Amino acid sequence: MGKKIAKEVSIAIADAVAQCKVDVISAYPITPQTHIVEHLAELVNNGELDAEYIPVESEHAAMSACIGASAAGARTFTSTASQGLLLMYENLFIASALRLPIVMVIANRSISAPISIWNDHSDVMTIRDSGWIQTFAENGQEAVDLIYHAYKVAEKTLLPVAVNIDGFTLSHVIEPIELLDQDLVDKYIPPLRMKYKLDPKKPVSIGAIGIPEIYTEAKKAQDEALKASYKIIINAWRQFEKISGRKYQSVETYEMEDAEVALIIMGSLAETAMNAVDYLRRKGKKVGLVRFRLWRPFPLRDFIKSIGKVKALGVVDRAVSHCSTGGPVGIEVRSALYQSNKRPKVVNFIAGLSGRDVTKEDFIELFEKTYEALSKRLKVSYEIYGVKE
Amino acid sequence: MPKDQGLVSWKDLAPGMYILEPGNSVKFKTGDWRAYRPVLDKEKCIKCGMCYIFCPDLCYKKDEEGYFIVDLYYCKGCGICAANCPKGAITMVLEEA
Repeated sequence: MGKKIAKEVSIAIADAVAQCKVDVISAYPITPQTHIVEHLAELVNNGELDAEYIPVESEHAAMSACIGASAAGARTFTSTASQGLLLMYENLFIASALRLPIVMVIANRSISAPISIWNDHSDVMTIRDSGWIQTFAENGQEAVDLIYHAYKVAEKTLLPVAVNIDGFTLSHVIEPIELLDQDLVDKYIPPLRMKYKLDPKKPVSIGAIGIPEIYTEAKKAQDEALKASYKIIINAWRQFEKISGRKYQSVETYEMEDAEVALIIMGSLAETAMNAVDYLRRKGKKVGLVRFRLWRPFPLRDFIKSIGKVKALGVVDRAVSHCSTGGPVGIEVRSALYQSNKRPKVVNFIAGLSGRDVTKEDFIELFEKTYEALSKRLKVSYEIYGVKE
Repeated sequence: MPKDQGLVSWKDLAPGMYILEPGNSVKFKTGDWRAYRPVLDKEKCIKCGMCYIFCPDLCYKKDEEGYFIVDLYYCKGCGICAANCPKGAITMVLEEA
């Protein structure tokens, strides 16, 4: 087993990417960027990692280079955040539709305007429907483990994977992190062999036109591939548990066995929310927490199972979907519940935008507000929490 | 069922809709997009090959007599050949349904 070492999460992620023996890294090196690609550049420069590092002229080009490299059969990596992700936008849909196993880390940050570099989920929620497999880490160790998992899954499913880590609250903090031993990584992630790739000896055409008589079929095939990825994702976590002892599942629960009221959240804020759960539990309140680790494909059944018999759910969103029926997670949760027989009250909060702290006290208040939904009729379908009037 | 049907089952598509047979685009008929068909008047034609040069789909081929003849399997009826013919030897004629 590896040793726990205090490391900045971004550096640890870069080390894990290097352990996965990537062939090509392409990234744009200016704000909003993290130390992930900076450290990878160092590793390549120092001869510690045998990879092609392409410092491109924009994120649009970064994703393009990854698409090209991946189509040629290379194991690729890139990382971005915020505006950078938005500049990649059109290429993200191409990467998934062309079934290219690219792995990307998004250090989630808010998007302009106003200009901001701080953490929330407004960037990644814009790519919700892009066809990428999307996972969310809660802490540094999980972020690193999700990297190994991402390569395992991407190359088995032939779909790109975005690993989401909260900008700053994860990307720039130092945590005790244990990397896998190299021989375990090599076993877990065997060399990439793509059945179809750009190869002059066996030519294929990639990215052909999809006329009306074929586009629908192409999209159906892509949708089925993403749906089928669920089992591969779960199996990859099971295999990971065997080699690392660390267990992961699509939906994480905390104190949900007998919970009456629960909050739902994604990302690192769950750690603070768990403190609030502990506090309220000591006061005799039956509260719990649900966290999505897997966001796409949406783990519908696991989610329905995870909420047990709760009477009210408070969904804490970290992004605004202006004047829709909720935040992105809130909308998803309500829609998912409609496909089951469970009918808890659902309250939707938008909190922690652009790095605004959501403290334990805030979570206690969010729990109280969710409790209120049991006796009061909801006037709004979502609420932006903590606004100064 | 909608009127337009798929060409092949989604299950038979290669991943990512890759095309595994190189050069099979020659089989793809684009002639049925056409509303107007170019018709050559050999009396006026001077065999200059402007139609051949300008055709964006390489539909024109030289025959044994030296005339450039359009291949209607591919011709989309864009009319560029007619517009560029220096002798007005090509006219665009409406395709009957």
